Amino acid sequence: MQKDKDIVLRVEDIHKRYGKEEILKGISFEIKKGETKVIICINQLTIPDRGKIWLENEEVTHSRKDINQFRQKMGMVFQDFNLFDHLDALRNIEIGLIKVKGMRKNEARQKAIEELKQVGLEKQADLYPAQLSGGQKQRVSIARALAMDPKVILFDEPTSALDPELIGEVLEVIKKLAIGGMTMVVVTHEMGFARSVANEIIFVESGRIIDQGTPYKLFTNPDHERTRKFLCKITELYGKSEE
Amino acid sequence: MNENLALIYQSLPYLLKGCTITIGLVGGALGLGFVIGIPMAVGQVYGNKYLSGLISLYVWFFRGLPVLVLLFLFYFGLFSLLGLNLPAFTAAILVLGLRSAAYQSQIFRGSIQSLGEGQMLAARSLGMKKSKAILYIILPQALRISIPGWSNEYAILLKDSAVTYAVGVMEILTRANFIATRTYKPMPIFLTCAVIFIILTYGGVKILDLLENKVRIPGYGEEER
Repeated sequence: MQKDKDIVLRVEDIHKRYGKEEILKGISFEIKKGETKVIICINQLTIPDRGKIWLENEEVTHSRKDINQFRQKMGMVFQDFNLFDHLDALRNIEIGLIKVKGMRKNEARQKAIEELKQVGLEKQADLYPAQLSGGQKQRVSIARALAMDPKVILFDEPTSALDPELIGEVLEVIKKLAIGGMTMVVVTHEMGFARSVANEIIFVESGRIIDQGTPYKLFTNPDHERTRKFLCKITELYGKSEE
Repeated sequence: MNENLALIYQSLPYLLKGCTITIGLVGGALGLGFVIGIPMAVGQVYGNKYLSGLISLYVWFFRGLPVLVLLFLFYFGLFSLLGLNLPAFTAAILVLGLRSAAYQSQIFRGSIQSLGEGQMLAARSLGMKKSKAILYIILPQALRISIPGWSNEYAILLKDSAVTYAVGVMEILTRANFIATRTYKPMPIFLTCAVIFIILTYGGVKILDLLENKVRIPGYGEEER
């Protein structure tokens, strides 16, 4: 394997089977620092049946190192938020800092407040998940991931469970992170968003990468017939030019 | 009638002393059941198949036998076989507690399993160890959900505690029976005994209701009444 200092995350030939159906049939890609890659239709955070994953040149799969060490460096934002329901927004962010990073309480509080400000929710600090809107919940969960100072943040369809009206505020936050140089992998169906934020788009169908390239290339001159068809459908559905 | 009232009045201090024994029994057994029941529930949900199989066996045994049979088996059987010369009160707490652990573990297990899988996933995604995730994320939520079921367990255990009469624990029913056989007036005494049990049941359930309201997660279910 080549050593490249800039590569944050490297995924090689990932296979995953759920029951009889093979969901992923050999997915490989790598992400350089500060890049935002957008992958369409992949599911994350389960152990692959086959394949390797490296984080900053250290192998995550088959590592003797504690998996929790790696997980701290990979933030995760879920489709259905998964905020801790018994903790208010602030403590949702604090708990990882205190119980995982061993930070002192007041220190953790300061950092959590900072992260909430980042996502524009400092006023909602003492509200519980059940008292927040979907968009606010997702922003808190982004703040929770950010607080751990990850090397890369993985987003698993971060806007799929949201009302159309709430999608914008979440995408805005992700866009801000992209501009700030955060390395991110985003699984999404939001084509307009993907086009405006991503450095590279990977187009996945039936568990295989079928097309890959810069947004410009993929949207204007895709190599594959299938990509072109998909983008046509999207344009039909949502109108031509977004962003 | 006056005679009956007088009898009740005279026996009340004696019966109320039994009340403290009953409360001690129930408190001890519930506490023991809680301390054993929580790790059992956790083991059954998160443990390997051998551990969860072993726990299922325990639950099967203690739920499968009448409480009186358990009491006799342990008090006259196991405890004396082991050469343990336990006072009836201690033996009763042990038996009721071990049995309550079986029931409580199933209350907690249900609560843990009713939480979304996402809670554990999210905790693990932060790099949190499984044990910490259970301690700080899963159990605080599961215990809240368990309060109504636990309140049921309290009410049942309180009334089951009366069977310890059979091994001579000086609780309410034992004392009531003493008075009844001595005075040949069972009605007023057992009625008093019934009223005491009803008050204890109601009081305990009420306290647990208040607790449930106090720890309710804001935004969930009904707001404070």
